[in-house]
Amino acid sequence: MNMNASNYVTKEGRLKKPQALRSIVFLLPSWLLLLLFFVGPILLTVFFSFTNLALTGTQAQNIDFVGFQNFAAMFDDANFRISVLKTIVFLFLSAIIGQQVLGFLLALLMKGRKQSFRRIIGIIIIAGWVTPEIVVAFCWVAFLNDSGTLNMILNAIGLSAVTWLYTFPMISVCIANIWHGTAFSMMVFQASLDDVPTELEEAARIDGASKIKVLTKIVLPIVKGTIVTNMILVTLQTLGVFTLIYTMTGGGPGTSTQTLPIFMYNQAFVNYQLGYGTAISLVLLVIGIIASLFYIRSMKVQI
Amino acid sequence: MRKWYRILGYGCLLVCLLLIAACSNEDNTDSDNELRITFRSGGGTNSGLIHWLNNEIIPQFNEKYPDVTVNLAPLEVSEGDYFAKVSLLLQSKDAAPDIVTEDTFMVNSDASAGYLEPLDSRIEKWGEWDNFTENVKDGVIAEDGKIYGVPYNTDSRGLWYNKELLKQAGISIPWEPKSWSDILDAATAIKEKGSGEVVPIWMNSGKATGEATSMQTFEMLLYGTGDPLYDSENKKWIVKSNGLLNTFKFIDKVYEQDLGPDLSQVLNGQGSSIAYQELMPNGNLAIGLDGIWQAGTWHESGPAPWPEAFETLGFAAMPTENGQSPGTTSMSGGWALSIPANSDNKDMAWEFIKMASTKENNLKLQLIDRNLTPREDVAKEKSYLEIEMFEEATEFLQHTNFRPAVDKYPNVSTVIQSLVEDVVTDRITPEEAAEMYKKEVTKIVGKDNVTER
Repeated sequence: MNMNASNYVTKEGRLKKPQALRSIVFLLPSWLLLLLFFVGPILLTVFFSFTNLALTGTQAQNIDFVGFQNFAAMFDDANFRISVLKTIVFLFLSAIIGQQVLGFLLALLMKGRKQSFRRIIGIIIIAGWVTPEIVVAFCWVAFLNDSGTLNMILNAIGLSAVTWLYTFPMISVCIANIWHGTAFSMMVFQASLDDVPTELEEAARIDGASKIKVLTKIVLPIVKGTIVTNMILVTLQTLGVFTLIYTMTGGGPGTSTQTLPIFMYNQAFVNYQLGYGTAISLVLLVIGIIASLFYIRSMKVQI
Repeated sequence: MRKWYRILGYGCLLVCLLLIAACSNEDNTDSDNELRITFRSGGGTNSGLIHWLNNEIIPQFNEKYPDVTVNLAPLEVSEGDYFAKVSLLLQSKDAAPDIVTEDTFMVNSDASAGYLEPLDSRIEKWGEWDNFTENVKDGVIAEDGKIYGVPYNTDSRGLWYNKELLKQAGISIPWEPKSWSDILDAATAIKEKGSGEVVPIWMNSGKATGEATSMQTFEMLLYGTGDPLYDSENKKWIVKSNGLLNTFKFIDKVYEQDLGPDLSQVLNGQGSSIAYQELMPNGNLAIGLDGIWQAGTWHESGPAPWPEAFETLGFAAMPTENGQSPGTTSMSGGWALSIPANSDNKDMAWEFIKMASTKENNLKLQLIDRNLTPREDVAKEKSYLEIEMFEEATEFLQHTNFRPAVDKYPNVSTVIQSLVEDVVTDRITPEEAAEMYKKEVTKIVGKDNVTER
């Protein structure tokens, strides 16, 4: 590590020739793999979204280029608008309010506590995160369904059972997703909060700043970058949540938990419209990009 | 220390490489000596079929072809997912089974997609084809006029009812409803007289129950109105008719008047099992609109054996809307054995299908599985006619209807399912549902292929 960098780099900052060749050779396999397994499918998705590709029927054999027909149909589809709305509600409740705020609060409360306390509580919370999504879904179905644990408890204390997954489907899936995902935010914030120099906080306190003021004027500005990064990661994760919702409610009842991934799955694999499904997936991608850019711009940070 | 890490690293790499090598070899085992059969299983589904394959057909087949290993490759998925999964399986040369069970309504779509092997030349040399019932054969003939499967069962649908519960409600047995309002009246009487736990009437009403919602509920009603889904003479989809509107209205009424089950039960993918494996045997379901195959559910080798089933239950014909001619109606479908175009063992697969489709073997299947036979000679057998409820179910075939065997039916069917669910969850009114049906179906089949009545 303590070698002289000029051995490899020219004065202008470019790699010296043999070095450049060597890096190309070593990077080539990973480039190829990326092209093959990442860029390729993305381009194919874009291509298929402009076709009427179907899973079965004549259109599975002869696909036609249909231009923007899929996208036109999508914006004309009441179910699509509902799905976008449901996706935003799910995102706001479970990612932004739930995981982000709760994760930050947990991290803040654990800051400066005893190591053993942090460890025990941390493990309990992280247990939710290491549990695979499908297992999380089953746990929550077992807990919330008509004859599930929660209703058993309610019955035992003399209250009448509630059909949670049917009466409060969106709240149910949000709670499950928060339970599953909060640990990730908590860990990210823990790492970042530990980096806030204690001298700064102490100095502020000596100057008479209240705890809230220390939090809003000192801690939050310092961890702003982390907040945005975490927001983007959590948003993208939540936008893609499929297993959890599909297992718990199947997108229903009716359309009440039909987020975009569920809608996409239904169009592609239940209605056999693969072309339409891929078009929806592109829209999902665009929503992710827009949300990320929005966070970055609104918080004025550089990632 | 570092040396150990390096050895460990190389070790991991080696294991990975070995695993990759092992995976790539796996595909080659499927050769001339292996025959894979794909069907749907899980939750008691097809338990009769599995029993029949394992205990009857495979032993017979192995006697004749001892070198061939027959492997069952069931898909444990919901009914709705089965068709998507099969479509994906059949696209792949490596994954495609050698025999697949196809619901006859998918045969045309899968054949048009090029997933299935036409069997015409093989059937010509077979000599058994004439023994199959004519209208059942239509189900396996695609739009190109070729045959893509050998039917192994067919069915009819009607109203299962619990005699005791109906008697308690003051309804005379045998119950013979003459119109839709007779059904609603009976259900209302049961609701008033019965205990709160009894579900008066169960109709599959959700997206999760897939084709069962379209066929057992929506089409059973619609085809009793005189306005079918498809005008086969003019080759156009009927997207607006009184029948459509009245069908949505009837479904809405059942739930509006609280005659149906809890929505959290009926919108569940396991809805059918809840109704016929739990509620009905426990005496908690009075009327159920479903198929004759539920008789197999209560058979001793079925998922919910119930010896007294046929003393307790009756099977009534579904009346037309207002009792108009012909008075009753039914829907029929059925399943067929097909050979995927990507199968690597087609000749053996055909030998297997031939053996499974003989008169004796088909009779054995119906005795276990309790579906109707597609063969006319089996239908005349004494042991077949003696199966409980088969007299009724066979009678329903007189006025039965088949689903339109056209390319877009599966897509229209999913529109029906989601609209029915929207109506029962009160998201839309029956009028809105009829309006949306017109819009959605027109979008799927194209403006030139629709008509109004």
